[in-house]
Amino acid sequence: MKKNMGWRELGQGDSLPAGTAAEFQTGDWRRERPIFNKENCIQCYFCWIYCPDAAIILDENKKVAGIDYRYCKGCGICDRECPTKKEKRAIIMKEEKK
Amino acid sequence: MPTLAKTGNEAMAEAMRQINPDVVAAYPITPATEIVMIFSQFVADGLVDTEYVAVESEHSAMSACVGAAAAGCRVMTGTSSQGLQLMSEILPIASALRLPIVMCDVNRALSGPINIHCDHSDTMAVRDFGWLQIFSENAQEAYDNVLQMMRISENKEIQLPGMVTTDGFIISHCMERVETIDDAAAKQYVGAYQPLKSVLDLDNPITLGSLDLQDYYFEHKMPIVEAMQKAKNVILEVGRDFGQKFGREYGLVETYKLDDAEIAMVALGSTCGTARVIIDELRAQGVKVGLLKIRVFRPFPAEAIVAALKNVQAAAIMDRSDMYSDQGGQVFCEIRSALYDADKKPLLANYVYGLGGREICLEDIRRICADTQANAAAGKVKQLIQHYGVRE
Ligand code: SF4
Ligand code: SF4
Repeated sequence: MKKNMGWRELGQGDSLPAGTAAEFQTGDWRRERPIFNKENCIQCYFCWIYCPDAAIILDENKKVAGIDYRYCKGCGICDRECPTKKEKRAIIMKEEKK
Repeated sequence: MPTLAKTGNEAMAEAMRQINPDVVAAYPITPATEIVMIFSQFVADGLVDTEYVAVESEHSAMSACVGAAAAGCRVMTGTSSQGLQLMSEILPIASALRLPIVMCDVNRALSGPINIHCDHSDTMAVRDFGWLQIFSENAQEAYDNVLQMMRISENKEIQLPGMVTTDGFIISHCMERVETIDDAAAKQYVGAYQPLKSVLDLDNPITLGSLDLQDYYFEHKMPIVEAMQKAKNVILEVGRDFGQKFGREYGLVETYKLDDAEIAMVALGSTCGTARVIIDELRAQGVKVGLLKIRVFRPFPAEAIVAALKNVQAAAIMDRSDMYSDQGGQVFCEIRSALYDADKKPLLANYVYGLGGREICLEDIRRICADTQANAAAGKVKQLIQHYGVRE
């Protein structure tokens, strides 16, 4: 979408095209970053279902393949929901170093 | 055209039946209860195709209306007083999303103290929410206004929700002669609804009601400003067309014996009927008095009011509600402001009257007209704002 449009250029009321949230990269809010560890992942898709921002990347075979840091805001829900055991974690949260 | 004996509530419900909206979501409240009760009977009897949503509060009623209208349905509801206030949070959302929902609203007092009778406090309290507002003088107008409001709200240029009001009990519960339009003619008049948008249109997906902060919120309010400006002409066109088709023409305001009047009364709703009687009586005595009825309060017909009052020496502005601002009622404030730039304007006095259903009788109108005559003769206003009919 064009930036800083005048009101006459806008649609009716506050109706907008669908899917504009994709343009809003929420990743820069992140304090902690989930680190994905493929060897430990059991492909249960919990993280993919629970992630509030569609930041879990699936590969061409629809397997969990990593985190999309453009959108991941570091909420830690994936880490909390990931059922892997303590010693073999598939997701670990790490503090962001700026 | 069938001529029927109907209460204001029955007349509004009848218009709703003929409109046959896709969705009605409502929660009953005195004295508007009957409108949705009668309508729910129409639903039960299979006389309409409407999806009737019985909700648990007015807040939910208006929320359901917004959802249904956003999905592209023709939507109606009815309420009054506290119910209208409970809808308050959602009312500006309906206008911001440009959803042409039509509401039958029965004017009555706000608690507290607890009261069920007529005044205009409820409707005036929601006057700044981007809803069109039309006041009715009697049951006939209530019926006609509901049909017209559907056309005005759904007009492509307008797309704003609108409320048609009657005065609680005085109109809502009194039986009058009402000329209705044949079902087929009414249906044709209102026309099939063609929504400009629908959140359920999967081929043209849209987002409605998204977060809108410093960068765009202001821009998104401007279409309402523009639609309200344009609504004045649309209301006039719709009113003229209604007159041509059914013999009863409507404008933004209505004047009664005002053309050569030296003094005038300005009022909304049922009080206009009472005023006409006294105006006839005073005219027979040679007093040049007339009435200016404000039919449309939102948008506010400032230009029409200035034009109608330009040759009047003194006017009494009747407000059936107070703003508690020490500046009189809402009608008074708007008219005083509209007249500020006028070259020729009358002396104005404000009468806040009839709160909580306190009667306004012929004698009261007679007295207010006498006051107004005295103001005109003296060339100045004796008392700018008075709470008329209250016991000291
Ligand atoms: S931290 Fe939150 S936003 Fe980021 S991938 Fe995990 S669930 Fe999604
Ligand atoms: S929740 Fe954990 S184990 Fe399950 S798919 Fe996601 S990363 Fe893999």
